Order: sequence, then C-alpha cells, then structure tokens
Amino acid sequence: MSGNGNGHVDGLGFGQPGEEAVSETAVPAVAPLTKADFSSDQETRWCPGCGDYAILASVQSFMPELGIPPDRIVFVTGIGCAGRFVYYMDTYGMHGIHGRAPALATGVATSRPDLSVWVVSGDGDALSIGGNHLIHALRRNVPLKILLFNNQIYGLTKGQYSPTSEEGKVTKSTPFGSQDHPFNPVSLALGAEATFVARTVDTDKAHMAETLRAAAAHRGAAFVEIYQNCNVFNDGAFDAVRAKGRRELNQIRLEHGKQVRFGPEGERGVARGEGGRLELVDVAEAGEDALLVHDAHRLEPSLAFELSHLAARPTGPTPIGVFRDVQRPVYGEELALELEETRASLGTEELDRLLHSGETWTVS
Amino acid sequence: MVVRFAGDSGDGMQLTGSRFTDATAMVGNDLATLPDFPAEIRAPAGTPHGVSAFQIHFASRDILTPGDHPNVLVAMNPAALITNLGTVEKGGTVILNEDGFTQHNLRKAGYDSDPLEDDTLDGYQVFRVPMTTMTVRATEGIEGVTSRDAARSKNLFALGLVSFMYGRPTEPSIAWIEKKFDDRPAVRDANLAAFRAGYNFGETAELIAVTYEVEPAPAPPGTYRNVNGTQALAFGLIAAGIKSGLGLFYASYPITPASEVLHALSRYRRLGVRTIQAEDEIAAVNMALGAAFAGQLGVTATSGPGMDLKSETIGLAVAMELPLVVIDVQRAGPSTGMPTKTEAADLLAALYGRHGESPLPVVAPSTPSDCFHAAIEAARIAVHHRTPVILLSDTFLANSSEPWLLPDVSTLPDIDPGFATGPNQDDAFLPYLRDDSLARPWAVPGTPGLRHRIGGLEKEDGTGNISYQPENHDHMTRLRAERIARVEVPALEVDDPEGDAQLLVLGWGSSYGAIQGAARRVRREQGVSVATAHLRHLNPLPANVGEVLRSYERVLVPEMNMGQLVRILRAEYLVDCESFTKVDGLPIFTRDVIAEILARVGE
Repeated sequence: MSGNGNGHVDGLGFGQPGEEAVSETAVPAVAPLTKADFSSDQETRWCPGCGDYAILASVQSFMPELGIPPDRIVFVTGIGCAGRFVYYMDTYGMHGIHGRAPALATGVATSRPDLSVWVVSGDGDALSIGGNHLIHALRRNVPLKILLFNNQIYGLTKGQYSPTSEEGKVTKSTPFGSQDHPFNPVSLALGAEATFVARTVDTDKAHMAETLRAAAAHRGAAFVEIYQNCNVFNDGAFDAVRAKGRRELNQIRLEHGKQVRFGPEGERGVARGEGGRLELVDVAEAGEDALLVHDAHRLEPSLAFELSHLAARPTGPTPIGVFRDVQRPVYGEELALELEETRASLGTEELDRLLHSGETWTVS
Repeated sequence: MVVRFAGDSGDGMQLTGSRFTDATAMVGNDLATLPDFPAEIRAPAGTPHGVSAFQIHFASRDILTPGDHPNVLVAMNPAALITNLGTVEKGGTVILNEDGFTQHNLRKAGYDSDPLEDDTLDGYQVFRVPMTTMTVRATEGIEGVTSRDAARSKNLFALGLVSFMYGRPTEPSIAWIEKKFDDRPAVRDANLAAFRAGYNFGETAELIAVTYEVEPAPAPPGTYRNVNGTQALAFGLIAAGIKSGLGLFYASYPITPASEVLHALSRYRRLGVRTIQAEDEIAAVNMALGAAFAGQLGVTATSGPGMDLKSETIGLAVAMELPLVVIDVQRAGPSTGMPTKTEAADLLAALYGRHGESPLPVVAPSTPSDCFHAAIEAARIAVHHRTPVILLSDTFLANSSEPWLLPDVSTLPDIDPGFATGPNQDDAFLPYLRDDSLARPWAVPGTPGLRHRIGGLEKEDGTGNISYQPENHDHMTRLRAERIARVEVPALEVDDPEGDAQLLVLGWGSSYGAIQGAARRVRREQGVSVATAHLRHLNPLPANVGEVLRSYERVLVPEMNMGQLVRILRAEYLVDCESFTKVDGLPIFTRDVIAEILARVGE
C-alpha cells in the first residue's frame, strides 16, 4: 500500500502485537473489504431524517476504496451530533471532549504515521469551542482528514444558533435574531493555509465519494466541509444546493483545470469582471474565453479564497468541490520514522550514558 | 556556608550562581540551591522589582535545603543590597560592585542616603570592589568588544572572585565559557578575561584577607552529578520511555516554570523523545492522550493555570482509562499569582479538581533528584493501571539542585505495557474487561481484530458500549474508585531514631529537606526526640498512614499551602493533625520547622 497516496505510511516497523502474522500471511487470502466491514454493531441514534445518516452511509461505502484494513484506521470525534459518528464506524475510535478532536488526533497521527486518521466534527465543535485546534492542525499540516458537518445550528443542545448561523437567525438563544456575523468554514480553512480544502453535500453520494477520494489521496491535512441538513432544528438550510430542482441551478462544481460553469446546460459561469472581482455570468453574454479556469494546485491561496466568497451564504449559486489542493511538508512524518528507528536500538546503556553526561565526580 | 548572588535581572546572576554550583559540586561539597528571580524578563533596571538572586548552600555535611540566612551576599547594585541585606546573618560578608552604587541607582533602589557611607552596613564585613571598571579594563584590547559588551561580563568577574574565595577550581568554569561562546570569540575572550580578572583580584587584593575552605562532604561511594529537579524529571521520563519500550511523547504549552521541562526534553530526539509545543494547554494534554491511545507514553507538564485548563481532559483520561502522566510544577496562585515563586497549593486540585467522581493517583517528589524516580513511578502506575497520574512538583524543586548519586540503571523498575494482542472473551474483544488489578486492556490501533471505540460517555463495564443504566453508572463509579485504591504503594516509613518521640513531623513534596534538617538539628543541638515521615504517594495513601498517625501524641504537618494535606488526614483518619502553613512564595526553611517543633516539645 506504500505510495498509494492515501496519506499514510506503512510497513515501517510501527507494527503492533500480533500484527505480523496477519499482514504477512493472511492478507492475500482476505476477501476485498465491503461497506459491512466498516459498519459497527451499534444502533445509530440520530433523529430520523438527519443528514448524518447519508454521510455515514457514504463514508462506510467509500472506506473499502482506501485499501487500508479497518484495523489501521482511527476516527476521532468531539461533542455534538457528529461526535456519535465514531461509534458507528467499525474502526479504532476516540470520542473526545468538546472541540478537542483535532488535538487528540494530532497525538495519534504524529506518533503513528502508519495509521489513517479521520476527524469528524460539527460547526459548533470545530468552529466555536474548538476553533483554535482546527486552525492549528491545518496550518501544521498534520496528516488528518477532517470532515466538518455544517448544519448551521446546535442540534444536540437543541437548537441554539451556531458560528455558521446566518445573521438575524431566530433560535432559542436568540429570540430577537442573532447579531453574530457567521464564519464561512472554507474561507477560514483557507485563511489557516490548509493544504486541502473542499466542500460537498450530505445527500450527494457521488460528489461526496469523489471529494473523500481526493481528500484521502492528499498528503497532509485535508479539510472537507459537508453541508448537512438538520431536519429538526434547521430544516432546509441548504435547499438551494441540496433540493431536487434547485441544486441543478445552484451547484457550482469546481474541477481542477476546467472552466468554472454551472446550470443544467452549463449556460452560466464564473468570470473576472470589471474591477477584477469574480462574477457570475451568462456564458452566452460573457463568451467562452472569459470563463475562469479553476486551479486547485495554485500555492498562492487568493483564487481559492475568492471562490469561497462567491456566495456569502449557500442560498444561491454556491461552489462545491475541491477549492485547494497543494503540497507542503507533512507535519512530523519524517521525525516519526526517525524516532521509531532510534527507539528500536535504545537500552539501558544509552540511559546510563545519559545520566553520566555532563560533569560527574566519583566518591570512593 | 550560604552564598547569595544578587543583581539586576539582566546582570546574569542565575548564570553566575549555576556555574558556581557546578564548580562546588565538582569539589565534592554537598549543596542545595535556590534561584529567586522576578517573572519579568527585564524589569526596570536598578529597581527592587528587577532584582534576581541565586542562593547556594554548601558544606561538608549533607545539605538538605538552600539555607536560611546567607553568610555571604554578592550585590551588584543598590537594589540588590536593599532587597537582600535583611536576610544576611549578622556579621556576615557583603561583597559589593562599587560601580553599581551611583546616585541614580541609589535613588531607584529607594535609598535616601548612600549605604556605603552611612551605618547600613555596620556589623558586616564589607568588600567594595569596582567590578565593572575592572572588567572593562581587563577586556581592553580584545578585538570586537565594546566597553558596553565588556561591562556585561562583570558577572563572570564576580564568579571568578567568589571562586577564589572558596577555593573552587577554575577549570570547569573556563571550559564552560569556552564551549558556550565557541562561535563568538570576542564574547568568549571577554568573559574569560573577566573571570580570570575576578579570580586574580581575589588572590592579589589586600581587601580580601580571608579565604574559606570547605571540606568535601562525606558521601556514599559512587558516581555523582549535580542535578536540578527539571533535569531529573526529564531524565526520569526518558528512563520510563526506555524501560517500558514505549515512545516518549511529550506535548506542552510554554508556562513558567514548567517550560524548562520542554526545553530539556526537546534536545533528546536521539533518545526517541518526541516533543510538541502545542497551541494551548488543552491541546497539549489532548495530544498526549491521543498519543497514549496510539500506544505511546503520553506526558504533558504545566503549572497551576495550565492545570485548570487541562482538567476536563484529565477527566476524559479517567473515563477512557488510558495511561497519561500530567506534571504540575506548582507555583504561587491563585490565577497568574507569582509565576516564579514556589507554593504547594495544588494538592486538593490534583486530587479533586475535576467534575464528577474522577479519582486518580498522585505522586509528589521530595527532592530535586527524587524527581527522577518519581517520574518513573508516575509512568509505571499510569501504564500498569491504565490511568492518568498527576505528578506534583514545585518551583523550588524544579530550580534547586543537589549532588545526585547516579543510580544503577539496571535496578530501575521495569515497566510492562502489556498491550492486548488478541480476543479476551472467546472470539470477542471487550475493551473494558478487567484483570485482577481492575485495569482494562490497552489495545493499540493497528492491532488486528481489536477495533473498539472509547470516549467520555459512560460505558458499560466489559463491553465499553455507551450506557445510561443507573446500576451500571453506580457500578462504574465505585469501580473507578476501587481500581485507584488498589494501586500498590509502599508503606510510609517513619524515622524515629530514639523510638520514644511524642511528636511526628509529617511532610510531602519539597518540604522534605527542611523537615529532615530541622529534626536533625533539634536532636543534635537540643536533645529533642522527634519523629519524621514523608508522603510520596498522596493518592492512594499508604495503607499504614492511619496507624502511624495514631501512634504519636501530636502530629505536625508543615505545608506550603493553607493546610491541604491536614484536611485530608483529618477526614480520612480522624486524627487531629496540626498545621504549619507558609504561603510567602518561598520554600519552607529549616528554621521554620525548628521553631514549630520546639514550640511543641516545650523547650
């Protein structure tokens, strides 16, 4: 599996007890993995109709593609509805405290580059109480796949506004409407100089699989915002890009190296208008040559940032897909390998030498 | 002999003191040190706020504390004199940098009249040495050295002078200067010149008539090194990593005084140590816990305010039942308090400072070198019992140093991670199925067939599945208490040489030296019979504590807090222990304990 681009390293002595027998001899005989191999025996307990079900199904279906045995996969979550995700994946898992999943996962990933480590979080968990850990994991480029389920509401605590709720949002805690300006999660991740930033939609199975594939192939931190419908406390928040009949009009699918265009016939597009700003245009009027060509590999992040601001809210035409996918050294990977090699040869002799380092004297 | 170096925080007094300490250790004296500096990196120069001091106590008998009253004070300016003269013993020696006593500096220090001219120094043996001038002169002609650079080397002049006075060898200091400034020849030469000038001045000047010789301390045979609590702690963690075969994963956020542990450990990649400077205290402890899940020896360290921030995650580690070592280098609180001053007031916070019933073991080292063994002990308990352990050090232990008889590494305890390797109930793996000590299996990601999920939600015993069942939570709460209570700790040892003492002095943490020193002194000088004992394990407490407490008529407990251990002892054993409390940011001194003992034995 080495070099398959799945963002993890194996076969380098990180073996755990009992592993050798399996990886050396048993693997060839094992049948290809299926969705069932990643589904735990726990009863899912989200509200009926929750967007989380669709995401769970998509992730479980996608996982076999990684070619990584579930024993080498770790899911880490925080608090909130998304936090329960970990119990439904038949992998190793840690359900941490509120907001701290990226920090827990950093501990796992930096010490064990042989593992594939996934963080599942929500808009409250990742952007409010845990905002600091998110941006630092991204700027360090820790090898984590971070899935942010954005439903623009606090669900588990029953309906308070979140850091992605729109201004004026009336909730239990904002009876007169929220006065907070919301975060745009993609802009925030780009601002933290994340090396991989993407967005997808809970019910769009094919697009989600494509996005997860790209995230998994990325070396380093990958951030994926998933528009997730909370049908109890914030139903319809993403209808513009999610509901049948409207999504066809409003999803702007970003694809590297391709013109940015949308609409049922691709009749609309994105072009640079007067004053240098990106604008939505009719292709017939603006002309084919005027259309912007997406470049996800551009190290300089301003284009990705502009695209993230094409739509202030997901209420009209809104870009989804991979905004940015660039290479930067992966945090701690080389050091982990070096340390693992060093540790194999350490013993009491080295310890004794350490204690005797510096100035010593002898009393006889 | 107690020597105190004092100057502006930019004067390099800590360096002077630590070099003198190393030279002292080299000649075989027993010693203890106390650095004492302001939190501000450079407080306003010349003011009492900016005074930085370093005290060293050395002698030919074994030393337990940095000493109460200096016999010698080296003061680089008036502020250093005004803040430190009060502690110098009457008739003691005061060595002054005469050049520092300008009108301007006298005013800043708060002197109305010049202490060199009035009666301030009557009764002391005073040496006025123009250290700055002589340093500048000694460095003249060294290429690339300005007179301002030269003046900054005056601390090395002071070091040279005092080294001469106490017959310290010059080689270690010279070798150190040469190595330290290897890449800056001008600075190196200036410092060497200043050091030699100071030493030679001591030798030739008639001002200093007396030189002191301190005979080497009688010490058990073996190889020694000088070590402070921070170094010892770092070595102990490295040792625990090597003895357990686990990778040492250390994450922390800069905070005084615990940052020093990060500095110390970050140098040891070659010994397999991974350090991370996290984005905050909470991230640091979570990274360590994540690493523990992944099969590492996860460690974090902090000081008071950081402990508050980490407490939620420590509770998570209690629920997850994963090994984790949390080091609290205690400092004076509440809040930011006095970051560079010592206190031992986090005991109750360590024991109880989390929501819910969340018991965990607590270990406290008693001396700088004991930090080495305490670190290994904390790691051993954490790994064997799958639990977070809090190690309570303090600012005094972290910064103090003493000669350390190096242990035979083959005698250090082995730590067996005992990773789970296969199913533990028929073909199934139950992550909360327990062994005889009630510890659960540690199954590390990557182990085939042992996939499981753990978290902060209450779990069903055995399966680890989420459970809100009333009887299960009751069972798990009692079980978590029981499994910590079952951690094996050695019995409390009592030192009662006469066997007839009525008074027991019971301590914990860094008060060890003061208590032992006081007991020895009153036995020797007053013929008082007194017993002592020291608690290294604060949770669980040794099984014989109640019996020990009840076998003495009176029990005195000196603490650098408002009586936290006493509360626990009274609550646990219904024994009316008496408290001696000290919360002035300074360690407990021998004289403090002597006074308390004598007050109770009717002298």
